[in-house]
Amino acid sequence: MLEVSKLCKRFGGVVATDDVTLHVAKGEVHALIGPNGAGKTTLIAQISGSLPSDAGRIVFDGADVTDATQHERVCLGLARSYQVTSVFKRFTVLDNLALAAQARSGSSFSFWRPVAAERALIDEARAFAAEIGLARKERFVAATLAHGEQRALEVGLALATRPKFMLLDEPMAGMGPEDSQRMIELIERIRARVTVLLVEHDMDAVFRLADRISVLVSGRLIASGAPAEVRANEEVKRAYLGDEVLA
Amino acid sequence: MARHRTLVVGALLVALALPFVLSATGHDFQIVFAARIMIYAIAAASLNLAIGYGGMISFGHAAFFGGGAYMVGILAAEGVGSAWLAWPAGVAVAALAALLVGALSLATRGVYFIMITLAFAQMFYYVFVSLEAYGGDDGMSLAQRSGLGFGLDPSDDITWYYVVLVLLVAVLYLLHRLIHSRFGRVIVAIRENESRAEAIGFPVYRYKLTCFVISGAIAGLAGALVANHANYVSPSLLHWMQSGTLMIMVILGGVGRFWGGPIGAFVMLALEETLSGSGVLGAYSVHWQLPVGIILLAIVMYAPQGIAGAFRGRNA
Repeated sequence: MLEVSKLCKRFGGVVATDDVTLHVAKGEVHALIGPNGAGKTTLIAQISGSLPSDAGRIVFDGADVTDATQHERVCLGLARSYQVTSVFKRFTVLDNLALAAQARSGSSFSFWRPVAAERALIDEARAFAAEIGLARKERFVAATLAHGEQRALEVGLALATRPKFMLLDEPMAGMGPEDSQRMIELIERIRARVTVLLVEHDMDAVFRLADRISVLVSGRLIASGAPAEVRANEEVKRAYLGDEVLA
Repeated sequence: MARHRTLVVGALLVALALPFVLSATGHDFQIVFAARIMIYAIAAASLNLAIGYGGMISFGHAAFFGGGAYMVGILAAEGVGSAWLAWPAGVAVAALAALLVGALSLATRGVYFIMITLAFAQMFYYVFVSLEAYGGDDGMSLAQRSGLGFGLDPSDDITWYYVVLVLLVAVLYLLHRLIHSRFGRVIVAIRENESRAEAIGFPVYRYKLTCFVISGAIAGLAGALVANHANYVSPSLLHWMQSGTLMIMVILGGVGRFWGGPIGAFVMLALEETLSGSGVLGAYSVHWQLPVGIILLAIVMYAPQGIAGAFRGRNA
């Protein structure tokens, strides 16, 4: 589904991602872990297209998207969510989701017909609101939602573009155990139809969800494999996790 | 919503009846002033589309406004006297200028965008200052207003008033449709969160540029009308102070409020008219801009949503 090869990104003298080669198979939940500053978010930005790469190649679903713009990649079915919530704060939940749905259904260079009268968009937005557990809050303005609800909407915006593949950048960031549980359940539901590359610090969530795990340290991918293999990998233990975490 | 509709219908009835009321009460000269307000209402509404909805703080709209005006003036000087040709030409020239300026400026953000649009507009200003064939620094007079056909006499002030009113209503209706369309939803989303709009699949640059061109084109229409209104065009129409005046109108009326442009144009020109006469400030009337500045300051500090926003809590 996603083939990243020899991808690099430097910011001045700082190497953010260094020769990263990563394969994500169709249908899997692939977790990307690593200490803070390892380059995970940079890698997400490169794959999603918001940050151009200095070198390397990205092939998505059989197409070389290395030079494709971000919106072109979204149209191919590659969507991302953000570590720091980035929703349309002054829009309602429904309008947020309808907007994302609008991006993938027909042209939006339409200047005359009222968008609020488009039943199909509203119905679709409503279905996504229900899926992310915000059915009862669909008329709420996003800024008024609780943190966990905003995080759900954050993932919902990516989901509403009807992707084949989602890059989820720390969906559980800042969440308490209850909200985290809900997010895990949401990812469990969507994994049936969407391939997921999951960046996450919550190791419980990672080991519950991931089919495979890749470990990024200082911009380099040091291990990639089934959870048990990664857990047993000496280099991973040394470089990142520490013996007690993986016990 | 019902209240809103009543207000709009009420305002339209007042606008329709105004020339008769004014001539019946012996205030004929105010009809011309009312037409001027409506022309500036079109210009301010166009700028509000760019600033208030598209989030593009253009400090160069005088270029499109003045460009439309000069197109009409130049065509008139060359013997093209039909409004049906001159006005669309004014709109087209303004749209083209907006395409050029927008294409080159929209790669920048924030204060850089403001400065680049300002710089472009000043460039156009100096082009027209040096255009000796068409009056240069002094500008040029038009022999008469562009002809309308259908037996309408544009030099008749009441006819002229209604022509401008029809265009204002048409522009506002068009803007209302646009803002509530799919396209309108997208440009507001871009204003709110540009990077996320891109991340859910919208080619942001294309939407912004389209919005900027539409805004410039409407400003060009206002310019075409202002050339005919006074039968006079001069480079001052393209000066940065003209951009500033339009921007002040938008801020007074309400940035991103549907009625912000028209209300701002009305308040600004009414203030100018009352304060620059000797009636209110007497000998100090040359300093009429000072109280306007104080009012603007008060609006920005106490009613940042402008006059339209102070009356209505909802987002248009």
